Amino acid sequence: MQQLMFIVISAVTLISAALVVTTRSLFRSALWLILTFFGIAGLFILLHAEFLAIAQILIYVGAISTLIIFAIMLSRGVMDPNARRFNDQWGLVAGFAAVFFVLLTAIMTRVPWQTTMAPAPMAAEAIQLLGRELVTPYAIPFEVASVLLVVAMIGAIIVARERES
Amino acid sequence: MFDYIRNFFVNLGTSWTNWLNSFLPEPAVTVVNFLVIGIILVMMPVIATLTLTWMERKVIGRIQNRIGPNRVGPWGIFQAIADAVKMLVKEDIVPDGADRPVFNLAPILIAAGAALLWAVIPFGRGMVGADLNIGVIYLVAVGSITTVAVIMAGWASNNKFALIGAFRVVAQLLSYEVPMILSIAAVALIAGTMSTMGVVEAQQVPFALLMPVAFIAYFVAGSAEVGRAPFDLLEADSEIVAGYFVEYSGLKFGWFYIAEYGNLFAISAIATTLFLGGWRGPFSHEVPALGPLYFIIKTILVVFLLMWIRGTWPRFRIDQMLGFAWKVLVPATLANLLWVAVILKLPVPQLVQWVLMLGGNLLIIFIAATMLGRAAKRYAEAHNLNPASSAV
Amino acid sequence: MSLFTNPVPLTWFLIVSAALFCIGAFGALARRNAVGVLMGVELMLNAVNINLIAFWRYVGVAQMTGQVFAIFVITVAAAEAAVGLALIISIYRQRNTVIVEEIDTMKG
Repeated sequence: MQQLMFIVISAVTLISAALVVTTRSLFRSALWLILTFFGIAGLFILLHAEFLAIAQILIYVGAISTLIIFAIMLSRGVMDPNARRFNDQWGLVAGFAAVFFVLLTAIMTRVPWQTTMAPAPMAAEAIQLLGRELVTPYAIPFEVASVLLVVAMIGAIIVARERES
Repeated sequence: MFDYIRNFFVNLGTSWTNWLNSFLPEPAVTVVNFLVIGIILVMMPVIATLTLTWMERKVIGRIQNRIGPNRVGPWGIFQAIADAVKMLVKEDIVPDGADRPVFNLAPILIAAGAALLWAVIPFGRGMVGADLNIGVIYLVAVGSITTVAVIMAGWASNNKFALIGAFRVVAQLLSYEVPMILSIAAVALIAGTMSTMGVVEAQQVPFALLMPVAFIAYFVAGSAEVGRAPFDLLEADSEIVAGYFVEYSGLKFGWFYIAEYGNLFAISAIATTLFLGGWRGPFSHEVPALGPLYFIIKTILVVFLLMWIRGTWPRFRIDQMLGFAWKVLVPATLANLLWVAVILKLPVPQLVQWVLMLGGNLLIIFIAATMLGRAAKRYAEAHNLNPASSAV
Repeated sequence: MSLFTNPVPLTWFLIVSAALFCIGAFGALARRNAVGVLMGVELMLNAVNINLIAFWRYVGVAQMTGQVFAIFVITVAAAEAAVGLALIISIYRQRNTVIVEEIDTMKG
């Protein structure tokens, strides 16, 4: 059952990801991106990371995709529907990406991973554990991340602000 | 017999499962039960639409000194059904130049978002679709599906009013999500859990009494999330016709309608669950069958409050609305969250903690109200308005 | 019927994540529209997240390190999206284009 679900979910994820980078209409691309994010959330649930799955939907679908769609709508004036999707080096890039994928797969299937199929902690305990680790050993990265968010927010406001001339 | 009635709903479930077990194998019973629960939960927005549209028209009618619907059936209670039939037989129009697949998908998605919310709402002890331990974040996350669906509808309609409506939705939903999450975080902090069942169990005192700030913020943010007056800028008919769903007709328009009332009911149910004690009430521990009754009564009261506001409040302007979220609600809920976190760490009896929380909250409300009043006065002076006629 | 009973091997997750990463890299390098480039980058970051969570589940389930790092990646991705889109909108306002090749003032 697990394997079947994995195959279905990852097929959805990968196909929609491929459509994200190839669809002509950017708006549709963004919609495929949302489906990809849902697929990734599904993979997280298969991996027993329920909190991450919900955070994924909340942040990627709820915030980042919405921002991307907003940017697409704001810059739609210059979007020629028949404009070229890719730049001149796309063939080279596609080859490079394919080679890189084959390389990664070759490495990953050859490494003897020391996997333990220890049962995942109960979701409720996992969330408590996660919260505790975030504020004890990872307290400084956590604070740095919040500073980063504040800086990014202020920066985004200043950069995108319309200047009155 | 009395024992059966006392815990009627849970016992009914047990009897049903036992009856299924008598002729079905175990996995099939689980599947059937999931399907039945799923269908009941998916029906919730439809039921909400059929009942709440009638209630809303009656309530608003009374507020505006009218009678409201009174032709179809006694007191007009079948008005919603008549409307539904009318909607079903209308022509389904897709505008020229519309992005067809997206245009058709949007109403389905928005209705799905409204239905998904019900999965984690506890109607009574042990009566919840799925007791997720991340239930309260799930509620917020599902809300983002609505945002996406609205944008899809606005974009695919190929209509400038629809697009402006969608723009407004993005701004509104993103801004009001922040105070909503902050108020929900305070609830999770006190309850010590994020499961909706756990939150109800933890409410010896309804959290609305401990944290009025969080409750008010949730209430305001909730009505903004579902786009109801005074936050109905996304469909402000006098400005942008009907906003993002202006091009929809027939059954597709019906889906938006169902989603709107489903979300209204769901937001009220969530407010009840998180802040008003959910299914708790007198004797609800001795007689668990009373739980759903209390739950529905409280929810309907919240719905009534929202209708009352809709009937009496003028619409906000978009900059006022966003300013209110960022300059009033976010600081207030942040202050509340910090205050609650500090109080919970104080080594004092629980009663003292409760009193301190309430006191701090009242202080926050006082400060916010004073500053709002001053801002309103400054605004009135700057624009030469008579303060008596311009209550903000 | 091994498809129904066996657990998913770690390698499968790694391969999916590698594929997602390469798709994202292709999008980031080949798209002409700046928003499209940003979407490619988001896909790459998500691929990293799948890897982190998969290794957490299969190798270090006792500690939450994998999940903590995934949260940091999501945070950085959110910051990156906000700043990136702000830049795109700013460039659009000043130069009236969002095509990456046409934004070449820095070219010597």
